[in-house]
Amino acid sequence: MIRVDDLHKYFDQLEVLKGITERILPGEKVVIIGASGSGKSTFLRCLNLLEMPTKGHIYIENEEITDDKHDINKLRQKMGMVFQQFNLFPHYDTLNNIILAPTKLLKMHKKEAEELGKHLLEKVGLTDKVHVFPAQLSGGQKQRVAIARALAMNPKIMLFDEPTSALDPEMVGEVLNVMADLAAEGMTMIIVSHEMAFAREVADRVFFMDEGIILEQGSPDEVFFHPQEERTQDFLARVRENREQNTK
Amino acid sequence: MSGFAALYDTFYNCFIQGDRFKLFMLSGLKVTIQVTLCAAIIGICLGALMALVRVTHDKTISIMRPGFASVILKAFNWFAKMCITVIRGIPVVVQLMIWFFVIFPFSRNGIAVSVLAFGINSAAYVAEIVRAGIMSVDSGQMEAGRSLGLNYIQTMAYIILPQAFKNVLPTICNEFIVLLKETAVVGYIAVSDLTKGAYIIVGRTFEAFMPLIAAALIYLLLVMILSWLFGKLERRLRASDTR
Repeated sequence: MIRVDDLHKYFDQLEVLKGITERILPGEKVVIIGASGSGKSTFLRCLNLLEMPTKGHIYIENEEITDDKHDINKLRQKMGMVFQQFNLFPHYDTLNNIILAPTKLLKMHKKEAEELGKHLLEKVGLTDKVHVFPAQLSGGQKQRVAIARALAMNPKIMLFDEPTSALDPEMVGEVLNVMADLAAEGMTMIIVSHEMAFAREVADRVFFMDEGIILEQGSPDEVFFHPQEERTQDFLARVRENREQNTK
Repeated sequence: MSGFAALYDTFYNCFIQGDRFKLFMLSGLKVTIQVTLCAAIIGICLGALMALVRVTHDKTISIMRPGFASVILKAFNWFAKMCITVIRGIPVVVQLMIWFFVIFPFSRNGIAVSVLAFGINSAAYVAEIVRAGIMSVDSGQMEAGRSLGLNYIQTMAYIILPQAFKNVLPTICNEFIVLLKETAVVGYIAVSDLTKGAYIIVGRTFEAFMPLIAAALIYLLLVMILSWLFGKLERRLRASDTR
């Protein structure tokens, strides 16, 4: 489904991605972990070309998207993205946030789009928030609307960039539940997240990224409980330590 | 003659005799409003366009593939930047006179030239205001729009500009107030606006107080109406912010 071939990304002189080669199969759920600055967000953003790769090739469904002639906008319609900061459109209510893209891009009729929008809001458990503006929603609700918005284009792949990192702890669960439902439906998902319990439940594979490469990967059990690399072990130890401090 | 009677006498002399109020003040007011409104429309359209060119250039030129489009964009950006610099650097009266006496020396239509001069002058200021407004919208909004598959222009039109417009409304209102008052100099190219009308009455009657105060009050009233209208619009657009 996704094939990445020797992907490099520079920001000016700084090399953020140092050659990533990877395949992701249809329906696969991949969780990417790693310290900040390890390049995990950049990698994710390269997949829908929010960041332009400096070197290397990316193929999605056998089409090379890094080719100059490839239509970026068509590609992005196939890939939903959920951001850490939600990025809902504050001047539209939740329903209009969701139906903006289908009405403008798929030329869907307003009636039909509203049906779809309401259906998606039901799916993320926000039936009562149809005509509410983002400013009136909690963080968890905002993120669920953002997921519904990304789903409105009926994407084949969903990218999640630390979807729960900006949330208050008590709201993390509701968002992860929606994501778990989505995973159960067979969606191909790539998730940058440090939620280890969630990763163990949902992920087929976990990537540990460090200094611009995928240093280690494997099943959640392998990476979380039997990491081979010292840097993975250090990182996981630090994450667990933080968690314990937070729960105390 | 009592003080009141003298005052009335002056008033009569200034405004009623020879239909002066209607002839000079009201027709002048019409010209002032006409020039301001038309210039404001030109200013907003042209200014927004220049702002879009500037923002698009600054945000995308570094990631654009070299080619025809990037050359055009660079040229437009350079042109917009130059216009803004030149226009902001010259007093508007001087610009007005250059338009009328140098660029269109054979024009008989002072009002049209005034509209053009003030419209372009206003555009330079509006361009910078709108540019600031666009840049004040969080960059995540552009990313969110693009990640859905909307193209750059669609994202600008449906997502960025509505938010930018809301942010800059108070500043735009201020710009139009300034514009309204600046049109008082169109008398330099023999256009009879409100100020000129008052001045003509002063010349005919040798009374300075009443015509000038009347003009001042009319300007004040216009500005108050303008800011009231903008305030109303602002409150309506802010409806989505309230918790």
